[in-house]
Amino acid sequence: MALVLTNRVGLKDSHTLEVYKKTGGYASVEKLFAMEPGTVIEEVKSSGLRGRGGAGFSCGLKWSFVPQNIGKPVYLCVNADESEPGTFKDRLLLEEDPHQLIEGIVIACYAIRSTTAYIYIRGEFDLSYRRIEQAVKEAYQAGFLGKNIFGKKYDLNVTVHRGAGAYICGEETALLNSLEGKKGEPRIKPPFPAVAGLFGCPTIVNNVETLSALPFIINEGALAYRKWGTEKSPGTKLFSVSGHVVRPGTYEVPLGYPLKDLIYKDCGGIPDGKKLKAVIPGGSSVPVLTAEEAEKTFLDYESIAQYGSMLGSGGVMVMDEDVDMVWALRNLSRFYAHESCGQCTPCREGTGWVDKILQRVLNGGGTLEDLALLKEISDNMMGKTICVLADSIAMPVLSFIKKFPADFERYVRSHSAGGKMRILG
Amino acid sequence: MIEFSTQTKKKLEECLTHYPTRQAALLPTLWLAQEEFGTVTLEVMEYVAGLLDISPAHVYSVATFYTMFHLKPVGKYHLQVCRTLSCALMGGERILDHLKKRLGIEEGEVTPNGKFSLCAVECLASCGTAPAMMINEKYYENLDVQKVEKILDELK
Repeated sequence: MALVLTNRVGLKDSHTLEVYKKTGGYASVEKLFAMEPGTVIEEVKSSGLRGRGGAGFSCGLKWSFVPQNIGKPVYLCVNADESEPGTFKDRLLLEEDPHQLIEGIVIACYAIRSTTAYIYIRGEFDLSYRRIEQAVKEAYQAGFLGKNIFGKKYDLNVTVHRGAGAYICGEETALLNSLEGKKGEPRIKPPFPAVAGLFGCPTIVNNVETLSALPFIINEGALAYRKWGTEKSPGTKLFSVSGHVVRPGTYEVPLGYPLKDLIYKDCGGIPDGKKLKAVIPGGSSVPVLTAEEAEKTFLDYESIAQYGSMLGSGGVMVMDEDVDMVWALRNLSRFYAHESCGQCTPCREGTGWVDKILQRVLNGGGTLEDLALLKEISDNMMGKTICVLADSIAMPVLSFIKKFPADFERYVRSHSAGGKMRILG
Repeated sequence: MIEFSTQTKKKLEECLTHYPTRQAALLPTLWLAQEEFGTVTLEVMEYVAGLLDISPAHVYSVATFYTMFHLKPVGKYHLQVCRTLSCALMGGERILDHLKKRLGIEEGEVTPNGKFSLCAVECLASCGTAPAMMINEKYYENLDVQKVEKILDELK
């Protein structure tokens, strides 16, 4: 259903300024410039909008951490480096409604008193890149970007900056390093980017989906946004559904929506009459849910946490009864081993070890002790590194083995017939 | 001695106006270099370092960190097949295997006539239209073996 973010998806030429304006685009601007920047921050805080890149942190609160009048420029960086496996929602917004994002950028920059924004877009996104470049160009020509935008005493420059293939650049401080022309290695926090970010200046990094919700919030007000969702998770969110469903795709639903309805109603259920086995609800980095858990949970930050998982980026990966969970986990471990930036030893070595052990198990050479070893390595990776990439494979490893023990034991039982049985702690 | 064309030099000058430091233009400059020279060789890296007043070692560390810069030549058609979970669930492995057989090359190799090169890549954010691959900059989605055959036949 189209509610806040996806109203123009599917309209002919929805990516053009002409269609955007005809359908109410850039209407929030008059209201915006009549407000004080601080009032804009308060409005966004009251809307309860939470960061849609994965962390779910309050957008307005994040903005309020930017120090003012310290004699340094303030930057906005748009995180359009969508790379979390199972997630393809920002790509939709970039391709179908780039002006909505630009309007969001205008709002965010005005609120944090920034006159420079960079859109960091993943290198592979060719169509998205061309669409957002074109939209930025159109906005400059229309006087919506550049000097004295919309005829107001306010300048705003926006630059589209292409990444070049590195998952880690979606991590906000890695993104900043990459933008500065360095390897995409995450930085130690604090200082947080809001205080010392891009080029050492106060910087806000916001996800494409977060910014795209702002025109609605300014136009209609925080209360209107709160019509949807729950008290703690207000508004709507995009969920990208992939894997074993009849109709995969990106769906906008109110937060708190039943995952069961998303899978069985919106996406048409599991193909070929098969049964559901597992769901990764928030992109590949979050703990997996069993079918039973998936059918009970609701799609808001708090409900999913009750089942030990996370809403993350909203990448819902659905697996039917035929999926071998050892094979699925090894697919993910290869991803993280490939994408570790190599800065921190627990991650650089741990992701590689986990991948090699899982490969051994998959090839029939594993023992029950390998399962205990996987658990031990994961425990030694969690929370011990600069960023959460290590946690992002440790959490799947621990949850896959805990929730689907039979799949793993089937592989190692025959090999461990020498009596090496050990209870997994 | 390599050098950017006048047109690329103009693009670089324009690009530099967007950043407070020359180093920040490194990724855009490497993109320009790849567009112009095809491959980001050591010679190209040294040239880029000179343009941006940074060390060749720094350019090397960055050019080799990101997967999209071609450090050695690729084919006229560079095939990148997604191997991550959502594509794998929908048969992505079969697509890669088929391409290897059909083209007679392994991942990371180029066909002897230089027409095709093949590699497996991580998630392309094309999970809802899986399995997917890229040929040069373009996405090809909802693939099966027949569709792949048809696509290859149409590439001249």
